[in-house]
Amino acid sequence: MNLALAWSDAATAAQLFAVDPVGTGVLLRSRAGPVRDRWLTMLRAALPPTDAHKHLPLHIAEGRLLGGLDLSATLITGRPVAERGLLAEADGGVLVLAMAERMPSSTTVHVTAAMDSHETLIERDGLSLRMPARFGVIALDEGLEDEFAPAALRDRLAFHLDLDRFAFRDTEEFDITASDIDTARARLPSIRATDEQIEAVCTAAAAMGIISLRAPLLAIRAARAAAALSGHSEIDKEDISLAARLVLAPRALYFPQPEQPDQSEPPPPEPPPPPEDNSNDNQDQEQQTPDFDKALEEVILAAAKAAIPDDVLASLRASSGRSRARSSGKAGELQKSNKRGRPTGTLRGELRAGAKLSVIETLRAAAPWQPLRRREAAASGRDSAQPEILIRKDDFRIARFKMRTETTTIFVVDASGSAALHRLAEAKGAVELLLADCYVRRDQVSMIAFRGEIAEILLPPTRSLTRAKRSLAGLPGGGGTPLAAGLDAAFALADSIRRKGQTPTVIMLTDGRANIARDGAPGRPKAEEDALASARQLRAANINAVLIDMSPRPGPQGEKIAKEMGARYLPLPYANATVLSQAVLASTQ
Amino acid sequence: MAIVFPFSAIVGQDEMKLALLIAAVDPKVGGVLAFGDRGAGKSTAVRALAALLPKMKVVVGCRYNCDPEHPERFCEDCKEKQAAGKLKTVQAPVPVVDLPLGATEDRVVGALDLERALARGEKAFEPGLLARAHRGFLYIDEANLLEDHLVDLLLDVAASGENVVEREGLSVRHPARFVLVGTGNPEEGELRPQLLDRFGMSVEVKTPDDLPSRMEVVRRRDAFENDPAGFVASWTKEEAKLRKKITTARERLPEVTVSNAALERAATLCMTLGTDGLRGELTLMRAARALAAIEHAKTVTDDHLKRIAPSALRHRLRRNPLDDAGSTVRVDRAIAEVFG
Repeated sequence: MNLALAWSDAATAAQLFAVDPVGTGVLLRSRAGPVRDRWLTMLRAALPPTDAHKHLPLHIAEGRLLGGLDLSATLITGRPVAERGLLAEADGGVLVLAMAERMPSSTTVHVTAAMDSHETLIERDGLSLRMPARFGVIALDEGLEDEFAPAALRDRLAFHLDLDRFAFRDTEEFDITASDIDTARARLPSIRATDEQIEAVCTAAAAMGIISLRAPLLAIRAARAAAALSGHSEIDKEDISLAARLVLAPRALYFPQPEQPDQSEPPPPEPPPPPEDNSNDNQDQEQQTPDFDKALEEVILAAAKAAIPDDVLASLRASSGRSRARSSGKAGELQKSNKRGRPTGTLRGELRAGAKLSVIETLRAAAPWQPLRRREAAASGRDSAQPEILIRKDDFRIARFKMRTETTTIFVVDASGSAALHRLAEAKGAVELLLADCYVRRDQVSMIAFRGEIAEILLPPTRSLTRAKRSLAGLPGGGGTPLAAGLDAAFALADSIRRKGQTPTVIMLTDGRANIARDGAPGRPKAEEDALASARQLRAANINAVLIDMSPRPGPQGEKIAKEMGARYLPLPYANATVLSQAVLASTQ
Repeated sequence: MAIVFPFSAIVGQDEMKLALLIAAVDPKVGGVLAFGDRGAGKSTAVRALAALLPKMKVVVGCRYNCDPEHPERFCEDCKEKQAAGKLKTVQAPVPVVDLPLGATEDRVVGALDLERALARGEKAFEPGLLARAHRGFLYIDEANLLEDHLVDLLLDVAASGENVVEREGLSVRHPARFVLVGTGNPEEGELRPQLLDRFGMSVEVKTPDDLPSRMEVVRRRDAFENDPAGFVASWTKEEAKLRKKITTARERLPEVTVSNAALERAATLCMTLGTDGLRGELTLMRAARALAAIEHAKTVTDDHLKRIAPSALRHRLRRNPLDDAGSTVRVDRAIAEVFG
């Protein structure tokens, strides 16, 4: 699909969203820049000017997001006055999420709950309220490569647009007027999808490996909006194709091959990953149910396929969607660990040694009760010695700090050569043991493997055993030893973890026999030189590290690398998962 | 109150629906945890349950939903009313109370009534969510993201069935027995083991992967969104049938017998699985009894035990990270071993 057409689709997505925004939205994957601004300008033009347009900053406090007691109004009027939160303020309009890729799950969960129920439920500060919150969401996702907005949010956003494909000169400003949108909004309720259309959309979604059932529902909504916008009285093929391009295509995990694929053609560099649960079922289903409207379904598939850039399509075919599938749910996890940036708030509590009183919050807590306390004090005859403000123990608000910084243990596993499978299996076992043990300590675990020419993050930092198991199923092994690449990847990850305010620990499993240089060229001397240089980065950054030499005959190479890394050197020939996890625990405490 | 999607119109998800029905028939089973895929209808099912439940008798004007049939558990107000002979009862809907993640502690346990304090300078207790949920359900969406200090509160109250508030010189205790229902996505993080243990049953929710059910889900959802009231009306009959099923099952429950053989089977199963403590066995028995009552059986059979064992036991297994099999598979294996 050429860029001009793609841009026109992106503009249409803005209109479709404007027609039917409540509870869904647009994922705008793009750097900040003129292209994104142009798109946002078009959207603004499409939305009726009366609609609310609210921005949700990344680190919004929970109280501001949900609402709560309006203290000043409460004190003036002498009765509890609620203050609307941002979610309620966005009612009837649009909520723009800035930097959605970094949104903490504590914020995401409130936004998605409001999107689902169209209201916010407040149980705070002595208030119990429901407020309408019917809004659409624009999520600005500036994530690089594998950084994504939280999966729970993406799932609910109908349109996923990738604007980084466009240069500013590729884009033109379409003329969108709010009155068109108004007309379409009025027409929308009378437009229904037929059974055949629903069937075709479901079948096509299943054929593309889309598991969530929200996707076909959102596609149908989009098709209805498209029909309303173009003045049709019912949904036609054009509308469905448009919905397929905008809603289904970006979610596709794979495409059914038109012909029997030639398996031998690009030799797969590694054993294919275990197929997604659904892929076979769906294809079977498809064959079992030939009486569906094949034609329409084909139209949908063709439309979706046309909307995907060629290179992405090629990778989808090659990987059976692995690259996309793996990223799902990542952002949620990533954000979850990001505890430092988000205001952790205060908690009612006692002043004990070490606790820090939050004076402002304490005063806020005490303020509404002053008249009552004054009256009580007067009644008990202590009037004369009254202080200005009567503060009781119950008012104390303790600033919440994390008791202990989180530790993220990064396993860096040498997956090269013959011992690879053994090492990988034991490292995987150790990861799972640590996760099982460490719940209470709230530690996270991550895993990097290096082999061939590159290092790869197999498991991004996570606390979830479920995720670890899934990501670590079917690990590839064999090939050369790009030790430098492994150390570089470990350093990069450790550094990003540290910047989030957590403590990284690197556990390196290797025999230290590097034979691939940083640039991917084979050759021992250069490879070793590069590895030592990479190792020094870790030492310079003072990152806690352990190098476990699991080769049958631990040699001097491993020890040398360990020294340059500033790591503890542990020769553990034939170590198993239990020994490993104990060694890790011993070295992180 | 917004119109909710009818329970009987939920396609598939039989394990989750059965677990919720069992909890509705016998609250002593102790709650349901539904973990699984996004968009599979977990929250929908719980919200639908609220509309489905048969009404219950409560004391008129009681803030704690006191049960007129159990005077020994009355709150202070109801005791006074009873002494004065002014106790009136009324049929009220069973509460299904949302515990939103952003809730503050004072709203959960209850605190001084701010309005009365400000306007009249009176000290009065304003009951919180726990009081509202008494004799009903307390629902936590995304239970794995609940703040630790709220989890601690819940654990305490769920264990004792009583909420104790000491604040501002006010001392209140009131009954708070509720069925805990939690949903979540395991990819967002694990649940604290102590909280996990409080749930009687745990079910795994998967998006249906066969095309006909997927289409049916989308079709019904689409129909509901286009015309909520009309859709609900078209399911009234089914809902009434299901409601009746709950009511009759409740009546039958005391008559369902459990043979010694069944007790032994349950015990052997728990031993084989190495579940901690007696809670697993108890829950398994209770759930099996409720299932038997739902299905009009007079005694608990092996079949009942077999069918309910995965829900009752899968979250009580000791973790064995080196065993790659999921807990469901392990329970199934043990069932095959014990029941032959």
